[in-house]
Amino acid sequence: MNATAAVLDTRADIPSAFDVAGLALARDLRLAFRKRDEIVQPLAFFAVVTTLFPLAITPELSRLREIAPGVLWVAALLAALLALEHLFRDDARDGTLEQYALCGRSLTWLLYAKTAAHWVLTGLPLAVLAPFAGMALGVPVRAVGGIVITLAIGTLALSLIGAISAALTLGTRRGGMLLSLLTLPLAVPILIFGAQATELAMRAQSFAAPLELLAAFAVLGVTLAPLAAAAAVRISLE
Amino acid sequence: MLRGLALDVASGQVLQVTGANGAGKTSLLRALCGLLHLEAGRITWGGRDVRADLSAFHGSLAYLGHEPPLKVDLTAGENIRYWVGLRRRVRPAEIADTLASVGVPGLADRFVRTLSAGQRRRVALAGVLLLAAPLWLLDEPTAHLDSGGQQLVGQLIEQHVRAGGLAVTAVHHEIAVSPERVRRLELARG
Amino acid sequence: MSWTWFHRLGSPPYVYRLARTLTPWFAWPAALLIVAGLYGGLVLAPPDYQQGDGFRMIYVHVPTAYLSIMIYTSMGIAAAVGLIWRMKVAHAVAASCAPIGASFTVAALATGSLFGRPMWGTYWEWDPRLTSELLLLFLYLGYMGLRSAFDDAQRADRASALLAIVGLVDVPIVHYSVIWWNSLHQAPSLLRLGRPTIYTASMLVPLLFMIFGFTLYFVAVLLMRLRGEVLRRERAASWVKEALAS
Repeated sequence: MNATAAVLDTRADIPSAFDVAGLALARDLRLAFRKRDEIVQPLAFFAVVTTLFPLAITPELSRLREIAPGVLWVAALLAALLALEHLFRDDARDGTLEQYALCGRSLTWLLYAKTAAHWVLTGLPLAVLAPFAGMALGVPVRAVGGIVITLAIGTLALSLIGAISAALTLGTRRGGMLLSLLTLPLAVPILIFGAQATELAMRAQSFAAPLELLAAFAVLGVTLAPLAAAAAVRISLE
Repeated sequence: MLRGLALDVASGQVLQVTGANGAGKTSLLRALCGLLHLEAGRITWGGRDVRADLSAFHGSLAYLGHEPPLKVDLTAGENIRYWVGLRRRVRPAEIADTLASVGVPGLADRFVRTLSAGQRRRVALAGVLLLAAPLWLLDEPTAHLDSGGQQLVGQLIEQHVRAGGLAVTAVHHEIAVSPERVRRLELARG
Repeated sequence: MSWTWFHRLGSPPYVYRLARTLTPWFAWPAALLIVAGLYGGLVLAPPDYQQGDGFRMIYVHVPTAYLSIMIYTSMGIAAAVGLIWRMKVAHAVAASCAPIGASFTVAALATGSLFGRPMWGTYWEWDPRLTSELLLLFLYLGYMGLRSAFDDAQRADRASALLAIVGLVDVPIVHYSVIWWNSLHQAPSLLRLGRPTIYTASMLVPLLFMIFGFTLYFVAVLLMRLRGEVLRRERAASWVKEALAS
């Protein structure tokens, strides 16, 4: 096709990469505030799941305290998985994901923004809510800071990895269950180091070592995951 | 699967692709976008293979699929801002003017959820106009539009190609555009 | 002209015929090596002075565990080739690898569990090797689950290929995380599963036979599965009807 393009004078109007990411981020945040139950549901789920453990095991705080880090992390993992389902689902359905792939800007960069929005809307609230759940499980107050930090970084890493499996399962009928099955084995390192970091924080010991490893995963995720997620999105659009 | 196609569209022309359901019109458009992989053959734009710089090619096109790419929980204006804004900055006045020119004035602050199918289609067309891309790839652009709307689509395409742009449309019934500018392609199933 | 053989490998009928020719060349040596290895390991090698005859499980457990990872790696590489060069045959190879790899993983878990029982007293311990194998099994199941979730064969191929590649990057991370986790908590069994206390040549040689034998066995089974997979994918093509008639 030949074209002598008669395009409007737009040179000065081309947004920078940061503008583009900012737009995508702003859009998702604005959408989330219009559909608030999508933010609330994972948090409610997290609260329900943590409640199940005392009911199923024992109400004794001394015993619950021992398993508290694990309970918090498993519950956060499951809640985050639930929330991953709607990372791409709506955009894929109404055609806006396609437009992202066709806008002429880096899809990877756009997905960074989407994943960041997702983390701000689900991971961060989980990290903030977790100490309350922790205290209900007998965790001492001094551990609050540690819980928030470890879960904040852990949920970030999870959002990044989960974006890949969310994009891979686009268009399949069994979406949610398959998404969880795919993400969980990949998320095991996050769980191991995160739970260990939380445990150490709880015992007022230095949790720097596992936290650094967790942060390393998050950094690895930040550099590689959106690339893989963009590839997965393109595959889903084929 | 599409086989054995060769087409050449020059600026100022509209290619109307017709064919029964399932003949592959949508696939052809998506392949032209670069969304679908070609097992054989290539697409050139401005003499260069689009695969050499797919991003730049995308930056020169506007694609409209079956459904208008609008988020129902955003207003029409917001939708356009977040869609077109990825490519170029748009001012609210521009958005309002363009919406008026496609026959849905004053809807900039209405949530898309409250708009009818025809109104949504018009908002999507406004977006395409604002993208200011030389190549338009439109899949069933007249769907859900009344006869007035269908005429509008014809006029918009006509204006676009007169200004030097090109359009490829996939339609059931041809859109009314000046005959000297129309090229036709009919896809047969199988 | 090294690229011509690469391109020929992209042709399904060529691969189909090649697989048929090569299979016996892998199957028979595999059988011989496995029989020799089993005889050497189960009969000839002396019992370990600490674990007695229990250590002999390594002749099955170690090869199966090694293969479970090797097959995943092969699957990942085949998937990458298929994804990058868009070779259908490479995707067929990856698809054929998965069930074989999963079976080897189950075998590794089963042998680990059965032979661990005399030493641990239970059928399961959260030993790092077994836990890693379990997670690897989940990765295989996830891969196969993703494949079967798509109706469109091409989507299934490409999506699962990306998953295999991501998994490949993750497998070492998961493995080392599990080792670290296990070391933290001082797992009940301090004995690393299946390691004899002193290695002698008469112990190692059968082990090598078994590892090679199982590897050849894997290739033989892969070739057989690959032929079936290629036929299934290309069933509409004309060469298939000729091939089946002959």
